[in-house]
This record gives sequence, C-alpha cells and structure tokens, in this order.
Amino acid sequence: MKPPTELSGTTVDNPVIGIDQSKGDFQYDVKYEFDAGTGLSERTIDYISAAKKEAAWIKEFRLNALKVFQSKPMPTHWATKDLENINFDKIRYYLASGQKPKRSWDEVPEDIKRTFERLGIPEQERKFLAGVEAQFDSEAAYSNIKDLVAKQGVIFCNSTEALREHPEIFRKWFGKVIPTGDNKFSALNSAVFSGGSFIYVPPGVKVAHPLQAYFRINAENFGQFERTLIIVDEGAEVTYMEGCTAPKFSTATLHSAVVELVALKGAKIQYITVQNWANNVFNLVTKRGLAHEEAEIKWIDCNIGSRLTMKYPGVILKGRKARGEVLSIALANDGQHQDTGAKMVHAADETTSNIIAKSISVGQGRSTYRGLVHIPRHLKGCKNNTECDALLINTNSRTDTYPAITVRGDLNATQHEASVSKINEEMIFYMQQRGLTEAQAMSLAVNGFINDLARQFPMEYSVELKRLIDLEMEGSVG
Amino acid sequence: MPTVATKSPATLTGSFTPEAFAAHLARVAHLPAWWLDRKRAAYARFAALPFPKRTDEGWRFASLGGLTLDGFAPPATVDFKQTAHREIGVTGAGTLLLANHKLVFHEPISPGLAARGLIFDTLQNALLQHSELVRAHLLTQPSKLGSEKFAALHEAFLEDGAFIYVPKNLEVELPLGVFHYAAGAGAAVFPHTLIVADDHAKVTIADFFRSSHEAEVQFACGGNDIHVGHGANVTYVAMQDWSRESLSFQFNATVVRRDARVLSVNLHSGARQARHESFSQLQAPGAHSEMLALTIAHGTQEFDQRTLQIHQAPNTSSNLLYKNALLDQTRTIFSGLIVVDPDAQKTDAYQSNRNLMLSSDAEANSLPGLEIQANDVRCSHGATSARIDAEQEFYLQSRGIAKPQADELLVFGFFEEVLSQIQNQELHDQLAAIIRRKFKDN
Repeated sequence: MKPPTELSGTTVDNPVIGIDQSKGDFQYDVKYEFDAGTGLSERTIDYISAAKKEAAWIKEFRLNALKVFQSKPMPTHWATKDLENINFDKIRYYLASGQKPKRSWDEVPEDIKRTFERLGIPEQERKFLAGVEAQFDSEAAYSNIKDLVAKQGVIFCNSTEALREHPEIFRKWFGKVIPTGDNKFSALNSAVFSGGSFIYVPPGVKVAHPLQAYFRINAENFGQFERTLIIVDEGAEVTYMEGCTAPKFSTATLHSAVVELVALKGAKIQYITVQNWANNVFNLVTKRGLAHEEAEIKWIDCNIGSRLTMKYPGVILKGRKARGEVLSIALANDGQHQDTGAKMVHAADETTSNIIAKSISVGQGRSTYRGLVHIPRHLKGCKNNTECDALLINTNSRTDTYPAITVRGDLNATQHEASVSKINEEMIFYMQQRGLTEAQAMSLAVNGFINDLARQFPMEYSVELKRLIDLEMEGSVG
Repeated sequence: MPTVATKSPATLTGSFTPEAFAAHLARVAHLPAWWLDRKRAAYARFAALPFPKRTDEGWRFASLGGLTLDGFAPPATVDFKQTAHREIGVTGAGTLLLANHKLVFHEPISPGLAARGLIFDTLQNALLQHSELVRAHLLTQPSKLGSEKFAALHEAFLEDGAFIYVPKNLEVELPLGVFHYAAGAGAAVFPHTLIVADDHAKVTIADFFRSSHEAEVQFACGGNDIHVGHGANVTYVAMQDWSRESLSFQFNATVVRRDARVLSVNLHSGARQARHESFSQLQAPGAHSEMLALTIAHGTQEFDQRTLQIHQAPNTSSNLLYKNALLDQTRTIFSGLIVVDPDAQKTDAYQSNRNLMLSSDAEANSLPGLEIQANDVRCSHGATSARIDAEQEFYLQSRGIAKPQADELLVFGFFEEVLSQIQNQELHDQLAAIIRRKFKDN
C-alpha cells in the first residue's frame, strides 16, 4: 500500500528519488586475482586462509566460527523477517586484488583513483585527508597516514597484516570484545573476515588527526566482512572515521562487519561512521567497545543508506568511572529499514552512559530504535540517560522504539525518554512565506532536528550529511 | 537447564489433564452449547501450545522456572464462613462474592436499577439468561501478549464469574463490587469479570482477588473483558491480593468506542509470581483509555506486566502510567507497546513506567515500546528507575524515621498520583489498606 503522493509515480527500480544514487553507482572491471567463488564452506575458509598466508590459529578461529555461524538460527524471533531474504549461497565471501597496500598516491592504480573520483573526494581534500585508508573490496588499497602516525608508535594496518606482523599486540584482544558466538553475523564475520583496520595507540599518545577509512563493495553479490580492532593504551586518544558508499546492484548484497574497541585506563576513543550503502545492501554490523577505568568510548553513528541496517553500537563499562556514549542519526526512505540503537552494559561502579538517537522516516521508510541498558546487582553510582526522538515526514512513514532497561539495586539511576513527532507546520509556513520552497523548508527543519548531533561530526562529514538530507527531502514533498 | 518446549504432550497440561477437563465440562454441562464448544476448542489450544521459551520476546526477562502447572486441582466447595472476608467493605450498588467459583454472597442491585435494565449477576446465570449478549462479548478479543497458552487454559476451565451489563444512557453512581476468593491448598481458580457498558452508560466496578490464607499454594488464571460503548464511561479498579505462594495470571481486554472513556487502575500486591496482560483497543474517534497500575513488591515476588495500546482510528488518546515500588529481592518487568495504525492520525498516546528502587537487591526491567505508522501524532514514553530523591531521604532520616516507616511513607507518596485518580473514597481506602497491610505483614 503506497500513499498517493508523487513518490508512487516514480520508477519501481529506484523508489528513492532525490538521493544521488549515481554517486555510488559504479562498477569497474577489476581483476580479482583471488576469488573464492560463491557460497560458504570449509573450502572457502581454506581458500581465504591460504590466500592470506595466515597462521594456523587464525584458520582454526575461522573454522570454529563457521560452525557457530551454521548452528545459530536467524534472530527473526525479534528481528525483521527481511533477513530471510539473504541467500548465503549466492554470496562471494572473499575477493582481493592481491596487491600489497599502497604507500603513496602515485602507486595507486589508475582505476582505483577513478573510483575515488566518483566518490567525490576533491583533489585538495584528498591531499588533506592524507590518511585515507581506502578499502578496495576486501583489502586496503591505499594508506599513507600510517607513516605519519608510525612516528608516534601508532600501528595502523589491515587485519591480515596486523595479525601476521603484530600478533603480540592484537591477538590478546582479537575476538574478546565481541566473541564469535555473540550473534549469527559476528560468527559469519569471524569465519570470513578480511580487510578492516587494526590500530594500536601506545600509552599517552594523542593522535592529532582522525584516522579514516572508506569502505565500498564493488562486486555483485559480494559481501564485505571487514574486521576492525582498535586498542588504545593508557591515557592515549584517537578518533577513527569510517564512511561508506557502495555501487547499486540489482541483487541483494551483504555487509557484515565486526568492530572491536578497547580503551585501556584513561583512554579515549571516538568512532565515527557515516553509512551510505546502496539500497540493496543488508548492513548487519556488530560494534562494541570495552572501556576500562576512567576510559571513554564514544560512537557517533549515522545511517542513511542500505536496505536493512541492523547495528547497535555498544560499550561495556568495565572499569570504575568509565563512560560510554552513543550518538545516532538514522534516515530511512522508501524501501529502507534502519534498525539501529545502542547497548550500554554497566559492569563497574560510577560508570555513566548517554544515548541520544534521532531518526527520520521519509515516504514509507521505517526507522527503529532498539536499545539495551543493563545495570547489574551490587553496583553503585551508575547512571544512564537515553533520549530517542523520531521525526515522521510523510503520512505513512513508520517508526518503532524498543528499549530494554534493567536496573538492579537502589544506588543507580536511569532515565529513558522517547518522542515521535512530525515537522511543525507553522515552521514550514514561516519559511515558505520568506520565499523558501517547501522542500527547502522541510530540509531546513530536518537539519534543525538533527543539528545538535550533526555538530558533533567532523566538518566534512556534517557538510556531506546536510547535503544528503537536502537530497532526500527534495523527493519527500509535493 | 531443561527446556520446557521439548516436554512430552502429557506435561504440557500439568494438572489440567483431559480427565480434569472432562470433569470440568461435566460440572458446566447445563450451559449453552456454543460456550461448551468454545471451551473444547480452547482446551485443545491449551494442550497443544508449548510453554513459553527463553527466546520468546513476550517473555523477555521473565522467570520461566516458576510457571509449572503441576500440583493444582479444581478447588473444593468451601463453607464460606471459614474464609476471611472481614474487609469486604464497599458500600456499593451491588456485591457479588464468589469463593472457589461458587456464589456465596450476593447483595443485589436496587429494584430501581434492575428495572432500568442493569444486569449484575454471575456469569453462569448470564450465560443461561442472556446467552447472545454474553456470546458477543466474552473472551472475543485475541490474546496477543505472549500468554496464548494460559489464556486458552482460562477459557477452558472458566467456571463462573461476574457479568455486568449497563444499558444505554444508564449512569450507575455507586460502585459494583465483585470479590473472587480462592480457598484451600492447591486450588486452581479461573475468575472472570465481563463488563459491557452500552452507549452513554456510566459505571464503576471494583474487582477484588484474594486468598483465604496467605501461605496456601494456589493457581489463579483470571481474565476480564471491558466493552465501552459510544460515549460510555467505565472505571475499573482491580485489586490483586492472592496468597504469597500463588502463581497468578490476569488477562485484560478493553475495547473503547467513539467518545468513550475508560479508566482502569490495577493494584498488584499478592502472588509469588504474577503476570498481568492488558490489551486496549481504541476503535473510534474520541476514544480515551487511561491505564494506571500500582505494584508493591516485597520479599522475592516477581511482577510481570505486559501492555498493548492499539490506536485504530484517528483522534484517539491513551495514557498509561505504571508505577512499581520494589523492596527486598523483588523483580518487576514492564513491557509496553503503543501501536498507531497507518490511518490513526491525531493520536495522542503516552506511556510511562516509574520504578522506585527501595532495596539494593531489587531488579526493575523496562521495555517501553512504540510502533508508529502515522505521522501526525503525539506519542512519547518515558521510563525511569531510581531511588528516592536524596533531599527527601535526608529529610526523613534527619527526623529519625526508621527505614520501614520511611519506605511506607515514600511508597504512599510515590503512589499518590495514581491513588488520587480514584474518585470513590471507599475504593481509594481499600487500595490504601491493601498497600498498608503489605508493610505490616512484612
């Protein structure tokens, strides 16, 4: 059932009018030297492990994860039935161009540079963003902030390299924050992961520039399973940014990442994501941080693209006075379901957490907030604040809120508030009187709705976010 | 951990075996055939449905270990004089008292009200005399909140209860009181109160649930249906005060029509483990539902409350406020959902769960949910769990008020917002007395 708006008059293939789909809508011929074919079996894992020349323990880890993945049911007793549309036999689980990660821009192959061109990174900015770690399909293709931060003792490399070159640092925490069996998709990732970023920041080092990575999917039916592990030692600080666009395909594709953060005593990690996959991508991601004493982990998570996103960044507040924060923005347009939220597990005294989630549903888009706040027995001085605000643009837009809060004992406090609203008509009228079109007015109002969160994004991200919202809103009125 | 789902068919029914059901049917054989057919169908559903599983969303956080149906039996007929009924004290328009499903006391409504068409009788009498009216309203709403199995058990074994029909335009000023007693160890009771308020009718009903003895292990699986006609106004006050060893289920279904208003207040005090499911449907413009609940939890009690407010038409409103006071090692679960259907524009819905933590070993779980499919609505919810304000605590301590007294004062202060909604002073005092006794007994 579609509302009788202009939306229903547009083509079925691309119901999301307004969004600049062409931006990510590309696919170049790439010679995949390593291609594990479609489907998932022990042979796929043999293949991946051999291609990566991995240590035996990693292969063992993968094989175990495969068993866990196969034994776990789909979580459809609480999650959307849309998950049943994923055909695991048609997915390619591993692709790599077989190239060593590049050290300088000149070494980056011409076709990959063309890809960046289409991603819309201006020449100037490319130089400025000297540390862009671009994941081209499974493997990192380009990285050079590495050298800069290496001088501070920071290790910044992809998962394969990290586990091969620095097992003494990464093995200790790998798969510890998010165990293989955490959920079906973390098990899948553990079986077939490739790419992603592994970062270690030594004690006391404050990384001045945000470390960045762009992820894309560039082969039909090719799932991307990047694995990220960031360890920030005592008193150190880092900001990591991840942004994604993907080509548009006719058949569904799967993205299932695992991101683990470890903030040791007094460390600070800020992890920023702008997710803008094409509208046929299943984006099923597990992200969790472990905050030790007085450490702080902050997830800034923005979801605009994909067909279905299920992502609930979490923080385990393990040490006294640890702090966790999730700021989340979700925008769901026709054919999209943004099922996002946050998890805060308080496991020590005086830990505090804050969740601010804002969602916008356009057309028949559906946004869902799902949250978990857990304060177990015999803790004291724990506090959580959760605020969820949903904005519904069209008459039959949809939003859901499903928080779960457990508090034990009388020495802790939680508060949760959620509200649902539409755009204030008076506000639109006021702006239209002053010569703005309805779309411009709506766009301004929506930007105002998320402004306090968008301000927390780095400049280039908030600019892009604003532009994306403008484009989405153009299609939503009239 | 044994999983209940894999139990053999025999253990899916516990004490409520086919033989027990046949015996029950024999006791109600004089009732209309349609009702007996429905009971047979319900029994078949009950016997086939599995017990709740850990992964059932409708049972999230609930303790499943205590849901056993073994060791219960249809209760014996009791000599009512043996039971404690000292506090039956609502001087109302009428009173019905059922002990173990048998009518033991009846204060009839005035001849004037009866002449104007008010019906206040046992469910069995109503089934015999007003069969079609009962048929159209008794257990007609689906069970949607997770207890399909136990709701089917309720329908299958429902023996007798109360029936209230308020005809068009009749306003009954004084409350009607219904008392359900359970007596005897191992007694299984299935109380039911069916309320039908026709257009522009007005009525207040008090529904009491009590055991004859605090220490008896009992099973109570009750339900109530509230049908509120166009422009009607129903106040429903339920006081659940079963024995502290009992397992209790209560299923409520409320249907609210155009410009009608319903206020329901549920006080939860008794039972070892109590689950309350409340399902409100706002079916026509102007409908309003006020859903209030107070829970006072002591010892190791577990209270599990699941609510669903469905707004099916434009311009409807609902307000839910569930307040839990948690002492000792108690657990509470509140899981609420507001659903706004696609065309229910101008809905105004609110849902709030407040947990007052009075012990370091208590646990409060909150799952306030929203599913909104229309954009021109005002919907919000809030959930808080905390101890009392530090200043209030200091005030009490500085005046040398001991912890038990302080807790009692605080609970009454915390509950006042809901208690004050009950206009009838006697009913208000009844609720307060139950809460006060809870502190005395502990």
